[in-house]
Amino acid sequence: MTKTMIRWAAAAVLGVGLGFGGFAAVAQEEHGAEEAHAPTHFPIYKPEYVDWSFAGPFGTFDKGQLQRGYKVYKEVCASCHSMSLVKFRNLAEEGGPGFTEEQAKVLAAEYTIVDGVDDSGEPLERPRELKDPFPSPFPNDNAARASNGGALPPDFSLIAKARAVERGFPQFVFDIFVPYQEQGPDYIHALLTGYQDPPEGVTVPEGQYYNPYFISGMSLAMAPPLSDEVVEYTDGTPMTVDQYSKDVAAFLMWAAEPHLEARKRLGFHAMIFMAVFAGLLYLTKRKVWRDVAH
Amino acid sequence: MSGHSTYEPRTGVEKWLERRLPIVRLMHDTAVSYPTPRNLNYFWTFGAILVFMLVVQILTGVVLAMHYAANSAVAFQSVEAIMRDVNWGWLLRYMHANGASMFFIAVFIHMFKAMYYGSYKEPRELLWILGVIILLLMMATAFMGYVLPWGQMSFWGATVITNFFTAIPLVGEPIQTLLIGGFAVDNATLNRFFSLHYLLPFMIFGVVILHIWALHVSGQNNPLGIDTKSEKDTVPFTPYATLKDVFALVVFCLFFGWFLFFQPNYLGHPDNYIQANPLVTPAHIVPEWYFLPFYAILRAITFDIGPINSKLGGVIAMFGSIAILVFLPWLDTSKVRSARFRPLFKIFFWVFAITCVMLGWLGSRPAEGGYVLAAQLFTAYYFAHFLIVLPLLGFLETPKPLPTSITDAVLAKNGGHAHPVGAAASPEKH
Repeated sequence: MTKTMIRWAAAAVLGVGLGFGGFAAVAQEEHGAEEAHAPTHFPIYKPEYVDWSFAGPFGTFDKGQLQRGYKVYKEVCASCHSMSLVKFRNLAEEGGPGFTEEQAKVLAAEYTIVDGVDDSGEPLERPRELKDPFPSPFPNDNAARASNGGALPPDFSLIAKARAVERGFPQFVFDIFVPYQEQGPDYIHALLTGYQDPPEGVTVPEGQYYNPYFISGMSLAMAPPLSDEVVEYTDGTPMTVDQYSKDVAAFLMWAAEPHLEARKRLGFHAMIFMAVFAGLLYLTKRKVWRDVAH
Repeated sequence: MSGHSTYEPRTGVEKWLERRLPIVRLMHDTAVSYPTPRNLNYFWTFGAILVFMLVVQILTGVVLAMHYAANSAVAFQSVEAIMRDVNWGWLLRYMHANGASMFFIAVFIHMFKAMYYGSYKEPRELLWILGVIILLLMMATAFMGYVLPWGQMSFWGATVITNFFTAIPLVGEPIQTLLIGGFAVDNATLNRFFSLHYLLPFMIFGVVILHIWALHVSGQNNPLGIDTKSEKDTVPFTPYATLKDVFALVVFCLFFGWFLFFQPNYLGHPDNYIQANPLVTPAHIVPEWYFLPFYAILRAITFDIGPINSKLGGVIAMFGSIAILVFLPWLDTSKVRSARFRPLFKIFFWVFAITCVMLGWLGSRPAEGGYVLAAQLFTAYYFAHFLIVLPLLGFLETPKPLPTSITDAVLAKNGGHAHPVGAAASPEKH
């Protein structure tokens, strides 16, 4: 008996020791990081949560918001950022901004595209149609860099899924149950509203703008793109940087995940079906096993 | 255990087949009359769940391959075309990507179950080893599959992992060149990875058949870890195990569906929505979550060991962490299978499980400062568990007395009644 207890104790000591050893090592690391004065982990501030209409298992896009977001993209972002995976027909598709096909055609025809060659071999330019992608502001990456002080403005087709601030422990566990999948739009909103003067003693390199919400440094090459009343809203929605940021972030989320509504709707049906099916199976299983001790 | 067949061909078709290819008999013996211990718990349903996941991956994968283009110039766009323009393409692609994670969740539970209940012990050594081979094939398949979308993590993951082969002396560099089809990860890499990604699942399927065959020869282990002694200890696979498996499978699908429908990108990395760019290195290159414990072991070796430099040491440790599983049946010296009767092993099992989880977490951290030290500690313990703890426990531990038979143990639990005293009298079972 004593022997057994000694063994249990030995095992416990080993387990606990190992656990503490690991944690102590990690704690030391985190302590070390705090001591350094210049921030080494970005973003300096984590994005705040925005209350999105498309969050959660029953979320849907707010069509008005997507239309406003498209306007912000078109009038502000599109001068530098391409969106090459999104086509004009998407604007009229179900689960999107809810433009009619006619409206989408008009929006497309505002731009031209080089499509093939004419009879004399000259490039043929025609107005864009529903099947065509959004126009890119620059012919190639080098041209984009040359116009932007060496920085390449990323394509926006997937940006809302391609940016996510690390959640860390324990948030990443809770995220499963919420379920939280809006890191992208939260980040976009935080970045667009996060420009501010650098704190004292911090020097920002030439051609860079301080933003503590930027994911990979304390400053970025993009100047604050939005200011109040820069885009005109005709539906009475406040024309503020905060509102613009929310609208364009929602629009970018739709652009990155155009079938989000269909996915959540199908998911609801599938989950209900499976839950009921599982319940029936359980009852059947119990009936079959009733006479067998196990 | 497999005993002789109880199958009787009845219909004309069955009789015709019986004389030529007794495939109905095989199916009957495998999935209907196969005797299964009556005391199995829900951890024994993961075998069926894994077969289901393999089928899901193959079916979704075959359809995805109809729309995917394995060319580095268009691969990324072709995946996006699947997501945007192919009918139900988003569903197929998210099912396949999240399905890989579900596959690994199920396989890890399946393996820890085998470890807890000593399912790898005599006479199931080969069954276990076949399982380890399946795990290795799964890892290779998943790794190559992750490269196909040609995102930033695809590209850099492939670069980092294939680079480790160069650590092997003499043959390392030629192996790496052969593996990636050139001197850097490029179109040739993508093409051969796609080919192998399509091939390996069918190899897994083959080994799974061997795995099930071996299982049906030795019979299933059970939570008590004692052999079945008479027919009383077992129930026929159908309807008993079939129904239990299907119920568990649907519950597992609910779990799968939660990720698939409501957070399909939770288990992925945002950088993989950026097209591969050989000129831009991501800040932290991390593999998929199911590789993280092995990745932590790989990076834990930061020191040279004699003639073995740290890089080679890391590669040896990583492959060793899987290879050591092959020897598990002989490293565990205890004759008692189930942890229920091994008080000391039970504690060490959980310490080991926590070690694996911690290694997983450390694999996601940057390899710097205290994280490295922690990873080294846990890596040391990972190997110590197999090389020191398990061999010693067999000699040091006094196991609890084993029940004489499964039926006796079940009857004792039910208060001496062969049948539970009415359904209401046994609510504690579920």
